[in-house]
Amino acid sequence: MKEEETKATILKLLQEIAPDIDPEELGMDDNIREVFGIDSFDFLQLIIGIDKEFGITTPEEDYGKITTLRSLITYVKATK
Amino acid sequence: MIEFTMPSLGADMEDGTLVEWRVKSGDFVKRGDIIADVDTQKGLIEIEVFDEGTIAELIVKEGEKVPVGTVMAILIPVVEKVPAIKKSRIKKEPIKEMVKEGSIKVDDRLKISPLAKKIAKEKGIDLTAIKGSGPEGSIVKKDIDLAVAMKVESHVEVTGGKKEIAEKGLRAAIASAMSKSNREIPHFYLETRIDMTKALEWLRKANRQRELKDRLLTIVLLIKATAKAIKEVPSVNAFWENGLQLKNAINIGFAISLRKGGVVIPAIPEADKKSLNQLMDLLNDLIPRARALQLRSSELSESTITISNIGEGSTDKVFGVIYPPQVAILGFGNIVEEAWAKDGELSARPVVHVTLAADHRAIDGYLGSRFLMALKRNLQKPEAL
Repeated sequence: MKEEETKATILKLLQEIAPDIDPEELGMDDNIREVFGIDSFDFLQLIIGIDKEFGITTPEEDYGKITTLRSLITYVKATK
Repeated sequence: MIEFTMPSLGADMEDGTLVEWRVKSGDFVKRGDIIADVDTQKGLIEIEVFDEGTIAELIVKEGEKVPVGTVMAILIPVVEKVPAIKKSRIKKEPIKEMVKEGSIKVDDRLKISPLAKKIAKEKGIDLTAIKGSGPEGSIVKKDIDLAVAMKVESHVEVTGGKKEIAEKGLRAAIASAMSKSNREIPHFYLETRIDMTKALEWLRKANRQRELKDRLLTIVLLIKATAKAIKEVPSVNAFWENGLQLKNAINIGFAISLRKGGVVIPAIPEADKKSLNQLMDLLNDLIPRARALQLRSSELSESTITISNIGEGSTDKVFGVIYPPQVAILGFGNIVEEAWAKDGELSARPVVHVTLAADHRAIDGYLGSRFLMALKRNLQKPEAL
C-alpha cells in the first residue's frame, strides 16, 4: 500500500471517530490527539480501526510511538 | 413605615433590574429573608431584607430597571398596624390579579409568583408537577427555570437526530444548572495528588493479556476507586434538597465533553457493584451515545455524584462546579510525570491531581479530606478494585 493510501485510510478512520474534524488541519508532524482533542477512548477506537484496516496488532507499549500522522504511517509500514 | 431600597452591591453598581418578587403584599418577612431576585452587572443576586414586618406595597414592578437607592417596597414594622388606606391599595395590587390569569389550570391553593406563572405559561410547564422552593413552598422563577432545563434535557433525548437543535437546548440546560449551582451552593475545594505508578503498572499487565477491543482505560480504575471511596465516606453521595438526603445507590455521573462544546453527564448506576470489565463495557456503550446526544432521560437524571476526567491528555487540574442537587464533583487532571519525594529520595512518577468540589451546606472539609484519602489508598491497590 502506498504512503498516500495509508494516510487517506488513517484520516478516514479519524473522521469516523470525530465526524466534526477537518483532516486538512492536520500537519504530518502535528500531535493528532492535541489537534483534534482525541481522548483515550477515541484513541483506542482509532487503534482498533488501524489494526483492523491494516491487519496489524498494536500493543499498548507502542501507543507512545504513534502520536503523529507521519509516525503512524511509518509504524503501519514497518509492522505490516 | 420602612422603605426597602435597591441595595448597592459594590461601588461599581449603578442600578439593578428587578427580576422577581419572592413576596407579595401582605406577606410577613423577617430579617434575612430573601424577598427579591435582582439582575445586576454581577449576575442574578438574591436580595435579603434586613427588617421585620409586613409588606405593605411593592412599588417597583418586575422587569423594571431602577437606580441604587430607589424605594422598591414599603414595609410596616411589627409594632405598627397596616394603615387602612394601605390595605385598600393592597387589594388593588395588580400583581395579585395576575395570579388569577392564565390559560394553565392552576389550583387555587397553589402558591406561585406572578413572574413564575408567566414563564410557566410561555414555556408550557405543568405547575402541578413542581415543588416550590419559595416562602411557604410557593413556586418561584428558579423552580420554573429548573423545570424548563429538565424539559430541555428530555428534548435532547427525543431530538437525537436533530443534533443542532439539541445542542442549543443542551447549552441552555448547562447554563441554567451551572447558574443555579454558583448562585446557591457554597463550594469548597480540596486537592490531593496521587502516585499512579502501581495503578498504571497493573493496567499495563492486565491489558497485555487482553484483546485490543477488551482493553481497559485508566478511567475505569478511577471510577471504581471513587465508588469504593464513597462506600467509606457516603456523605459525598447525596442530594441537598430541603436538607441533606444521603443516597444509597452509588450512581456516578461521568462528564462527557462534546467536541463542539457542551458536556453531558450520564450516570453509571451502582458503580461500586460493577467489575472493571462491566464498567468498561458501559463506557463503550455510553460515550458514543452521549457524543451523539442519544442518551435516555433516566441516564441523565440518576447521578448522585459527578466525576470529570476533562483534564485527560491536557490540563493538570480540574476544579468542577457541582451539578445540583448533588453535593460533590470530583475532577481528575492529566496524568503527568512529576518529581515525587518519598523516604528522603526523589524520583519521577506518574501523578494525577484530584480535586473535590463539595457543598459546604452538606459536608465539611474533614469528610471531604477523608474521601480523597480513601480514593488515594484505593488506587495504591489496583488489584483489589
